[in-house]
Amino acid sequence: MKKIEAIVKPFKLDDVKEALNEIGIQGMTISEVKGYGRQKGHKEIYRGAEYVVDFIPKVKIEIIVESERADQVVEAIQKAANTGKIGDGKIFLSTIEEVIRVRTGEKGKNAI
Amino acid sequence: MKLKHLWLTLTLGLIATPVFADDVLDTGDTAWMIVATALVMVMTPAGLALFYGGMSRYKNLLNTLAMTLVSYCLGSIIWIMWGYTLAFGTSQGGIIGGFEHLFMAGIGVNSLTGTIPTYVFALFQMTFAGITVALVLGSIVDRMKFSSWIVFAILWITFIYCPIAHWVWGGGWMGEMGALDFAGGNVVHINAGVAGLVLSLVLGKRIGYGKEAMFPSSIALTALGAALLWFGWFGFNAGSQLAADGVAASAFLVTNTSAATAALVWMFCEWIVTGKPTVLGIASGVVAGLVSITPAAGFVNLPASLIIGLVAGALGYFFVGVVKHKIGYDDSLDAFGVHGMCGVWGALATGLFANPAITEGKAGLFYGNPGQLWTQLISILATATFTAVGTLIVVYVTKALTGGIRVGRDDEIQGLDSNLHGERGFEIA
Repeated sequence: MKKIEAIVKPFKLDDVKEALNEIGIQGMTISEVKGYGRQKGHKEIYRGAEYVVDFIPKVKIEIIVESERADQVVEAIQKAANTGKIGDGKIFLSTIEEVIRVRTGEKGKNAI
Repeated sequence: MKLKHLWLTLTLGLIATPVFADDVLDTGDTAWMIVATALVMVMTPAGLALFYGGMSRYKNLLNTLAMTLVSYCLGSIIWIMWGYTLAFGTSQGGIIGGFEHLFMAGIGVNSLTGTIPTYVFALFQMTFAGITVALVLGSIVDRMKFSSWIVFAILWITFIYCPIAHWVWGGGWMGEMGALDFAGGNVVHINAGVAGLVLSLVLGKRIGYGKEAMFPSSIALTALGAALLWFGWFGFNAGSQLAADGVAASAFLVTNTSAATAALVWMFCEWIVTGKPTVLGIASGVVAGLVSITPAAGFVNLPASLIIGLVAGALGYFFVGVVKHKIGYDDSLDAFGVHGMCGVWGALATGLFANPAITEGKAGLFYGNPGQLWTQLISILATATFTAVGTLIVVYVTKALTGGIRVGRDDEIQGLDSNLHGERGFEIA
């Protein structure tokens, strides 16, 4: 099983969600995060006091899928979240050892 | 029936004709002054509280609101106990009022000041005392002990505000000298601005000032606060005529004009210099324009108010946006930059533009009375000096009484809302 973590622009979340629904992904976890990479921050000026805002708001999406579906999911996210501008985000892929459904105790594929 | 009414009105009118015009209550004036008093009241616990609260950091928003609220409460109580008589009691050599009206003694429902009940006059003046001490806050939010603020406010209203109010409006030397201060350029704005500067210098800079970002908690609250201040300021300036007449109307007109002009000028200055027209800039310009027209409101005509507002917007922006950062003192919300500097400009402008066509006998440099500018300058210097020295003494007395005036390091970093008040300004889930 694979975990896909994608950090995307907040206003792209709906596009990503729709793209994932289309390929049959039925659940995900999202969180509002802040960070910076090449995009860097921006400046805000209050009565002449300049503050640099380093951390820019992003949305992190986490999805667990069977290993064979991972490439398809990554491709869908990459297409949907792309604006062509710096700051579009990153996608991380990692291997997951086990998934357990809290309600029934099912494990592995059945628990996804 | 109609004739009978007319006859009655005429007869009653004749009977009521006063020997001295000043000794008769005018219902129109009284009604307006009651409303004006309520308008000025809303400036402090609503207007100023939001204006300042929005600019303070999210962790100190409630502390700023609390200090503004108690300022008004303390002002209210002190005023009726001993403040009114110190400011408006019989003058003791032009320096301070006598004690004959302690706890409003000797004033009843039939007492009149001009054409309005003395109760209304005293209440109107009370709202000025409340807002003036609250304005000082703008220099020191984010770092002063709440207990120290309470002690400071009590001492400051008593020993600084009351004497200056007496000098200018209560029959004291400054008014006798002919200094013009219609609604409080000296008494309110220069006074509060300089006191704020002194207090902020004694307190020292906030931890991280100039190094870390200090974001305002909500510019939306600040903008709303500025709008409420603007609204209340009609009572402040037009009410200072103490009558519902043409001069009050003129004061209303020039007040609004100056505020609108200064807001636009501040906005364009920012737009040109830093590339973006900020809401904080527009809101600050409103206040700069209102402050500057305050001493001049009942003396100047419409064209003068455009110039006063124009200069106020540019001066305010230049002072808080450029000069302050070069000098490097920490006037947190710019009480000195906006109220002090624009107050000085307004007082000088009154000496330039006072027009005898508005209030008879009051003329400035441009209307053939160059001496007025000199008189204004003396009044500004005297107010600033007295406030600076007096506030310094009051601060040190407060320090001794409350064991230091600055909050502990941990409290300052974690925030005064949680550590001093046990509350939070926002619950955002």
